Amino acid sequence: MKGPLIDSLVQQGVSRRSFLKYCATLASMMALPPAAGPAMAAAIAAAATRRPPVIWLSFQECTGCTESLTRSHSPTIETMIFDMISLDYHHTLQAASGEAAERARLESMQANFGKYLLIVDGSIPTANTAYSTIAGISNYDMLMETAKGAAAVIAVGSCAAFGGIPHANPNPTGAKSVGDLITDKPVMNIPGCPPIPVVIAGVLAHFLTFGSLPELDDKGRPKAFYGETIHDRCYRRPFYDQGKFAKTFDDEGARRGWCLFELGCKGPVTHNACATTKWNGGTSWPVESGHGCLGCSEPDFWDAGGFYKALSMPVRPATAAAAAAGVGAVAGLAVSVANRAKKSAAIRTHQPTTLEDLEK
Amino acid sequence: MSMNDLQWLTWVRGTGFNIAVGIFLLGVVWRLIEVYTLGRKPDLAAPRHVPGASGWHTIVRRSLPPPGMLARSPVSYIGGYVFHVGLAIVVFFFAQHILLVKQLTGLSWPGLPSQLINLTAVVTMVAMLAVLVDRIRQPVKRFLSTFEDWFTWALTFLPLVTGWMATQHLLLPYTRMLALHILTVELLLVFLPFTKLFHAFALIGSRWYNGDTNGRKGVPV
Repeated sequence: MKGPLIDSLVQQGVSRRSFLKYCATLASMMALPPAAGPAMAAAIAAAATRRPPVIWLSFQECTGCTESLTRSHSPTIETMIFDMISLDYHHTLQAASGEAAERARLESMQANFGKYLLIVDGSIPTANTAYSTIAGISNYDMLMETAKGAAAVIAVGSCAAFGGIPHANPNPTGAKSVGDLITDKPVMNIPGCPPIPVVIAGVLAHFLTFGSLPELDDKGRPKAFYGETIHDRCYRRPFYDQGKFAKTFDDEGARRGWCLFELGCKGPVTHNACATTKWNGGTSWPVESGHGCLGCSEPDFWDAGGFYKALSMPVRPATAAAAAAGVGAVAGLAVSVANRAKKSAAIRTHQPTTLEDLEK
Repeated sequence: MSMNDLQWLTWVRGTGFNIAVGIFLLGVVWRLIEVYTLGRKPDLAAPRHVPGASGWHTIVRRSLPPPGMLARSPVSYIGGYVFHVGLAIVVFFFAQHILLVKQLTGLSWPGLPSQLINLTAVVTMVAMLAVLVDRIRQPVKRFLSTFEDWFTWALTFLPLVTGWMATQHLLLPYTRMLALHILTVELLLVFLPFTKLFHAFALIGSRWYNGDTNGRKGVPV
């Protein structure tokens, strides 16, 4: 296997062998048959000559998703995405600015109408579209305009996928997800705050290899990566089953690596691949480092009742309880007074039956 | 956008929980005050034994089958014991449940291993199904059963089966099943004070009262 991509990787110190290994890893992570690894490598190498156009739009976001991808553990491998695609527009990464930048987007859209891949990170304000604009164009208009000619749309990060933090209560900007607004095209969600780099790379490789999006779950997420919960794959799961829980972040249980459920871990309700792929080149991941899962790849994780409250705990203290008990006491006393009044009335109006009455 | 599973779970853990606990406390306080302020005329008859002894004795005695009854109605007694004790274990010794009580009241105690709780839940469900089948099959029991009997059985069974299925990852995704579990518990809380399930609170008092009254009427207990 040869080609500009391999050459460029070799220049950056990545051997052809590690490239093939990486492709095999991607294929196996997506539960594809073994033959898919080499096919993927060939497709990625071929793509590097074709370089399918990609337009990356960033709306109400923090750039964390781009950072996650570009600063991933082996930057040369995961950022090869930028070698295998023609990234025609990306605020953070492109050199051009202003008019020239917007022109690049429009030119790519015209030249590749119906063929380009649209990647979005960030949510779209709809309460007032002027809340977030780029070159005087509102996020909403830019998304709609760019989505028209897109072959597929990928919403990267929880903001684009589900609205994320901008969508958190009370959602001042009326933030919406990409999937809320684009309904006539396939939209794939890759949520996470940020998403796992290898997941972004994996689905892009899938798109390049097979020309289609991988199988998605009911929330538009690739099943290969979001099919199981963190809890199902957690190495601390046996402690959960044994009922061994860390009670604080520095107690004996925490030191022994017991389950973090009581410290608010949202692993049981969170679908993501952190427990298997880990982060930073397989170094660790949140639960391994001693902190519960925040549930960042689930819709509205920000409003799910607090990061440090266990799932079996009420979201807020039952403050109305005392008032309700008070109302109950008043109601009970009122009924009691009524009962007593009825009893006294019955006693008052009681007419004794005499022998004469019976003989009448 | 319609409510997704996690939003639904958050609602049952928040607003839904508050409403349910509110109605539960309101109902319990109301009914306890109403019952205990009914007022009884002082019973001037001398108690057969020490004053109050019959009351205390009755509390215990009515938890045991009268002579011969265990053989005549084994499903009611054995099934009844198993599911009551099982429920108590599952409700009060599952670590996640203790956590809930701890957050609300500050009280906590050690939990039991999840596997033991799972096993207990299964045994409890089997016992509940047995008493249900018995109630359907025995003509007298069926005749005496009202809507409330079937309804309260379902109210008790649903939290048990949903909780067990949630921990075992059966039928529905965990998030949805957990939300359903909490919702069914909330239904139980809402209806408990206003149905025969109120025996959880009234049982001891009413047994004592009956026993004490009987003790003053010469009924040997």
